[in-house]
Formats: sequence, C-alpha cells, structure tokens
Amino acid sequence: MDEPRGARRVARYAVLVVVAVVVLTPVYVSLVGALKPGARVLDYPRSLVPDSLTLETVRRAWSSGDLDRTMLNSALVAGAITVGQLVTSVLAAYAFAFLRFPWKPFWFGLFVSTLMVPTEVTVLANHGTVSSLGWLDSYQALVVPFLATALGTFLLRQVFLALPGDLRDAAAMDGLGHGRFLLQVAVPLARPMLGALALFSFLSAWNQYLWPLLVTNDDEHRTVQLGLRSLASSNLDELNLVMAGTIIAALPIFVVLLAFQRQLVRGLTAGAVKG
Amino acid sequence: MGRVRLERVTKRFGEVIALSELTLDVADHELLVLLGPSGCGKTTALRILAGLERPSEGRVLLDDRDVTDVEAKDRDVAMVFQSYALYPHKTVAQNIAFPLRARRVPRAEQEQLVRDAAAALDLTDLLDRKPRALSGGQRQRVALARAIVRRPAVFLMDEPLSNLDARLRGQTRAELVDLHHRLGATFVYVTHDQVEAMTMGTRVAVLHEGVLEQVGPPQEVYDRPATTFVAGFLGSPPMNLLDGTVHDGAVLAGGAALRLPDDTCPGAGPVRVGVRPEHLHPVPPDHGPALAGTAVAVESLGHERHVTVRLATGEALVVRVGADDPPPVDGDTVRLAVRPEHLHLFSVASGKRLADAAVAGAGSAC
Amino acid sequence: MLSGPGAPRAGARARRDWPLAALLLLPSLLLFAVWVFYPLARTVWLGLYETDFFGERRLWVGWEQYADVLRSGELRHSLWVSAAFTLLTVPTGLAAGLALAVLAHRPLRGITVFRTIFSSTIATSVAVASLMWLVLLDPSIGVLSQLLPFDVLETPGLLGRPGWALVAVSLTTVWQNLGFTFVLMTAGLQSVPDELYEAARVDGAGAWLRFWHVTVPMLSPVLLFGAVVLTISGFQSFGQIDLLTDGGPGDATSVLVWSIYDNAFGASAQEGVAAVQAVVLFVVVLVLSAVQFTVLDKRVHYG
Repeated sequence: MDEPRGARRVARYAVLVVVAVVVLTPVYVSLVGALKPGARVLDYPRSLVPDSLTLETVRRAWSSGDLDRTMLNSALVAGAITVGQLVTSVLAAYAFAFLRFPWKPFWFGLFVSTLMVPTEVTVLANHGTVSSLGWLDSYQALVVPFLATALGTFLLRQVFLALPGDLRDAAAMDGLGHGRFLLQVAVPLARPMLGALALFSFLSAWNQYLWPLLVTNDDEHRTVQLGLRSLASSNLDELNLVMAGTIIAALPIFVVLLAFQRQLVRGLTAGAVKG
Repeated sequence: MGRVRLERVTKRFGEVIALSELTLDVADHELLVLLGPSGCGKTTALRILAGLERPSEGRVLLDDRDVTDVEAKDRDVAMVFQSYALYPHKTVAQNIAFPLRARRVPRAEQEQLVRDAAAALDLTDLLDRKPRALSGGQRQRVALARAIVRRPAVFLMDEPLSNLDARLRGQTRAELVDLHHRLGATFVYVTHDQVEAMTMGTRVAVLHEGVLEQVGPPQEVYDRPATTFVAGFLGSPPMNLLDGTVHDGAVLAGGAALRLPDDTCPGAGPVRVGVRPEHLHPVPPDHGPALAGTAVAVESLGHERHVTVRLATGEALVVRVGADDPPPVDGDTVRLAVRPEHLHLFSVASGKRLADAAVAGAGSAC
Repeated sequence: MLSGPGAPRAGARARRDWPLAALLLLPSLLLFAVWVFYPLARTVWLGLYETDFFGERRLWVGWEQYADVLRSGELRHSLWVSAAFTLLTVPTGLAAGLALAVLAHRPLRGITVFRTIFSSTIATSVAVASLMWLVLLDPSIGVLSQLLPFDVLETPGLLGRPGWALVAVSLTTVWQNLGFTFVLMTAGLQSVPDELYEAARVDGAGAWLRFWHVTVPMLSPVLLFGAVVLTISGFQSFGQIDLLTDGGPGDATSVLVWSIYDNAFGASAQEGVAAVQAVVLFVVVLVLSAVQFTVLDKRVHYG
C-alpha cells in the first residue's frame, strides 16, 4: 500500500493525534497531578497545564504509600510465581509431548479442566485452606496457589509437539536421556514461547488484586496493588498523592512492556489468530 | 475504448528500480502479453495500470485520460489476481456481484448480470458455493466472472495459469483466448511462460530488470529478437550465442567462417552471433564451411533429440535433431551448417541487434 | 500426539514411561488438587451450611440454602448487574479496539509511536486504571467536568449516581482493556491478506465497503475470541468495583464477585451464601466457555 499524500496524510495524522490524546488523558491527568505542588484537594487548582512542577508529591506518595516495600513484595511474589509456573509447565508439557503413559488424554483433560475454574470461584475455600495452614499474612499464601498453570502447559506442549518428530530419536542416538534432551534441546527451542509465558505470568501475578486482598492484611506483605488501595482510601482528600502513587506503580511495568513488546503480542494472540 | 498507455513510467521501491522509463501503448482489443523472468517488473507494471501502485515518475493514460492520480476503484479496469483473491466468506454469486454492488447497481440488474457472467464461464451450478468448496480451476473462473461482470474496457491478468496444474493449463489457455475474442476487450496479460506468450498474445512485450527490451507480434519477436536477452528468453531450447568476428561478408565464430546474407551491410569487428537450435543441420564432412565439434550429450524427447555439441573453441551448442535422423553418439564428431538468413548478430557491448541491410545503425560491426 | 522412537508395540511400550511421567506431572497435579479441585468441591459443600448471626460456624441446612439463594433477589440483581456490565464493556471494547487498529494500520511514518500509545493500557493494572479514572471522575477536582460540559459530571459525579455508576465503571474497564483489544485486533488485521483489499479496490469498493465486506468478516474469529475472553473477564471483575464504588451507590454496581466478597468477608459474614454464589459464577463461566466452543464456532468463517 502506498502512503497517502498531501491533505489526506495531514488528516490521518490529525485523527491519530486526537485519538492518542483521548486515550492518554487519564494518564496525563494523573501525571500532572503527581507533579503539581499543593496538598488539599479543595484548593486544588483546576488547570490541566501545570505552572510549576515538583517531585515533592511523588516523594510523599512514595513514603506514605510504602511504595518501595509494596513494589518489592510484588516483584518477589510475581517473580517466584513466574519461575514456578515455568518449571511446572515445562515438566508437565514435556511429559505430555514426549512420554508414553496410560490414560494420557484423561490427565491432559484434567489439566485443561482447571482453565474452566476461575480464581474468583475458589478464593473462598482457598482462604479457608490458607487460614488453617497458618499462612495468612505470608509469602507462601501469595505464591503457592499459583505455581502451576494449565495454560502454560497447554501452550508449551503445542510447541514441543511441533518440533520435528525425529529430533527425539536423533538425540537418543546421540546418547541424550530425557533430562539432557529437555534441558539442552527442548527448552532452548521453546524459548520464544517461554518468553511470552514468562511475561504473561509475571504480569498476571503483578496485577493480582482479590487474592492478596483476602490473605494479607499487615503492612509487611502487602503487594503494590493493595498498596495503592490503601493509599487511595487514606488520602481521598489528597488525590494528587494517589495520582503520584499510580504513576510510580505503573512506570516499571510500562518499561518492561516496552522492552518485551514482541513476546507480549505473541502471548496475547496465542489462542486467537490462525497461522 | 480500451486503449492503454504507460508513458515513461519509472517505479522505485527505496533503492530498487523496478521499472525504468517504461513507455508502452496497448491498442484497443488487443491481448498484450507482458513477458519476462521474475523480478523484471511486469507485475509492477500491471499493478500501476490497476491503480494499486503509483508510479514514481511518468503517466498512466486510459483512453487518453490521465489516470495517474486516479484511485483503483475509479478506473474502468478489472483484475484477475494470481491467487484469485476471492472473498472467502462470500458465495460465488456474491463474489461476482461485489463489483456491481460497489458501484450501486440496482439489485435486479445485479442478479441478471451475475447470471450472465456465470453462464459465460459455466458457473451456474456453483453460484451458492463458497470458494473453499471449489477446485483451483473453478476458483479461477469465479475470478474471471467477477472481472467480466461489469464489462470493463481493460482486463488485467496476473499469471492466471500459474496456479493450475499442467493438464488444465492448456485447456484454460484456449478458453482465455476465446474469452478475449468474445468480449472484444483489451487484455493485458502478465506471465513468465513464453509458450503462453507465443500462443496467446496479439503482441508480446519482453521486460528485463525494469526495462522494455522489445515489443511486437510473437512471431516477429521470435524471428528477429532485438536483444540477446530476448533471443535467449524465447525459444526452447534457447538460442545459441557465440563470440564472433565479422569480416568480409562472413562471420568467424566457433572456428568456422559462416557466410552472412548478401544484403548485410559490410563492416568488421567483434559481435555476438546467435543461431537457434532448429536452424543447425548436421552435414557430411565434404559440405563446406560448418561448425565442427564433439557430441557430448544427447537428450531424447521422443519426437526429437537435443544434442549438445562442444566446439573447438570450448563453446557449446544445442542442436535439434529429428527422431528419424540417425542419432549422434557421445564422442562423435559432428559438423553443423546454418543458412545465412538464420544468423543473428548482436552488439557485444549493448546486446542489441545489429541492423540489417535496410537501416544502417551505429555499432561495432556495421 | 507424538509417538516415541520406533513403532509402538502393544501394552508395555504404552506404559513404559509412567514413572517418569508421574514425577513430571506430580507438582502440577498436586497443586491443582489442593488449590483448584478441592476448593471447588469444598465450595459446593460450604453452600450447604448456613452461618449464624454471629458469623460463627455452621448450621447444616442442606440444599435448601441453594434454593434460597437461587431464588433470592440479591443473586438476580448481581447477575443482572454483571450482565449489564458485560454488555456495556464487551461490544464497546471490541469496537474501540478495532477502530484504533484500523486507524493505526497504515504505512505512515512514526506510526509505531501511535501503536505504542494505543497498546499502552496493557501496562495498567486494575488498581492503576481504576485510580486514574477515580481522579478523572472526581467531581471536586472536576477534570472531566472541565473538559465535557455535562451536568451529570458535577457533584456527586458519575460514580455517585445510581444510574451512571455502572457506566462509569464500564468506561474505566473499556479503557483498561483497550491495550488488549487493540493488540488483538492489530494481529487480526495483519492476518488479512493484502490481496483481498486490492481486489476490493479494483472492484470499486471504497473504505466503508472494504471495512464491512473484507475486514469484519475476515476478523470474525478474532472478534469471537476477544468477545469470549472479555465476557468471562467481565463476569470476574472485582477490583474496579472495590476501588471506585464499593458496590454502590446502594447496590448499583454490585457485580457477582463483589457480592461474593461482600457476603463472605463483609459485615454480614454469610459464608454459605457466598459459596452458593461462587458456584453460580462457576456455572456461568462454564456455560460461556461452552458457548465459545460450540455455537459461535460454527458461525465464524474460516478462510
């Protein structure tokens, strides 16, 4: 397709800019609020273009929102979940793709069936489990329930199955047992999908809201999403603190996504587009 | 009604020059074949005619109307794509009707025109099917029907036969020629297959690396190729080309002095000499000036044989020998003669054909 | 399925890897057992018990509680709110994503900048997105009412009006989902062969006709996928309710998950009721997924 020229080109850009502005408005408003001086919302200037900028609000939000600790918690929890999910799904996918054992379709079906059960349905009972294990307000409670993933297993199995059939045979001739084949052949070849899954797991874990809300209460284990929640509920009259908090919390993720755009697209569309 | 003109059209894609100052006229009612190897620019030229690409320089005229800046949808052309580009979600009838629908033809009229086009291409029984339920040949006919339904002045075809299996190809070739006659429209037909070009075209335009090498009726392009490229491209097996020197009414090539036609302009100097495989005849040793060499390969095709002969100069020639003639054997000495009028002379520097008697051209030998 | 080395011999060959397989599957299966299957069963079981007035355990009531909850106005209301929420967010979200994808699908210089902007909301979590909109919608700061001259935006603001609160929450959700729908639709657009558009152009179709007769039909699988994902996610929504409206004003935004949360962990501590609602949610999601794999699958055209 040729590029449009002249007036049409200008019109195109104009529309794009308008839409981009509309899409970015919430971010812009929070950004401006985060950088404006001034405290109480009642004397909050209404202008959208700040006449002076300061990092003071950001600093205050950082400390009163406990953002360093909550972001660290989120990073740790999300990291642990990601690693756990990659490990369990690689192992399970390997078994489904390369091993022969009885009732394979049944076991696989069992895995896939867990996709039908949303976490919101099980939070109630899981909360009871966590409580009786004495795990309330602990890292285990945030991490352990999510260490396995049927989606990851499903996708990795597909990747493994798509490898050339004789690859396993050739490796066997070369003297590679299952372990070395997995680590030295299968996993490296599945790297793109692993990247997409890692990104996805991390993001989902980072964004969790309901579960951390139910199983943590103290300040020590609070994750960043809940940190924002408490920042918001205790500062309804100083909303610019809240704005600063959201900008701080969103920034690292935005950077991560910018760096991993390709994996992101691949992950999102894994189920949707053919070919 | 269906006159087309490309005027000094140049098309650049970044650094690559796809077409270079192409000027070509297509007369009304003719079937012009754009022939050339892949990458020669023929498809680009077609797309520029369709309005799918804009030329970097130059003009496009349809019936003397400058359409260079006119969008595809507003030109009165139809195109049959190499892969047919049928709308997969529409039935055959809906596919054919789409161009009419786009032009807001009233429903009743649409139905009639669709039925007519379908009948013309033997698709009446398939109107309710979807493309995925059709064979390759059927899909192509749907693509054709979609093109003819609005009776445009100009039809553009992008290698329509290349996706068909060999058996169907011959049959469809004849059907396309027939269609051309029935419609009386102008066809611009892109292909890399010289057989299609020779058998179907009113005229053939040979393109090579974005440059128009020659345009003319098929037989003329075959008998009097304008450049060494055209000479080598048309004809199977391709024309043999040797290094030679013109001297005294004869050309020394391949170790023999071959007489040139009497009306060749005199001159001297190095040339490229071409002679077609079918114009070389084995002759007995006492025949006179002849190319001499050893047979190194014999391919039997059933009705004829292709013999590769290596000359003393190291160059190789291919000769067509009838199946009834005594077959040469590997290692045999072969002597080949050629009639003067079957010799083609080309400039060493430019590859262009050197002028014969009538026109004295500038070149190293004449 | 991949066959192992050599042709399979009956019986022994088919079972030979089972010890290793068991080892590899055990971690996942154990985790699923404890955190998916067991809680599912237990939730059903919990629904059979009523919690007393003090929030203490449990009096056996049996299936009667299921009947009560299923008949209750509260469940009907939360299902209605969830359905309305889904209807407000899914078609709009897909249409917006598609519109943006078409807009950004041009070979324009610097188009990648716009594409990055349009997909940027993927970076927002439900908390970030909701709070950014909380600020926008807050009538006292008045950013939105400054930009748009509507009375509804003045105090108490959209979030304070029962009729508008769900719309406001939906708007937040559509915005948050925009990155996802944009990326999805863009991938879909890229899979539509250029030749179809070219054929349409030569056939005389303008942009509008090309959109409805080429783009949308060819995109139907992707649209379906997006619709199902967004719908299921819509029924699972919680965070934006918790942050923006607490289910209110009144119960205007009390979606199903909110209702579960409120019943189990809110003042009334009705764990049994919440359990029944959780089972209902499970059934709803199950049905929606079934719909995806069967009925709609047939209507989607494959090229």
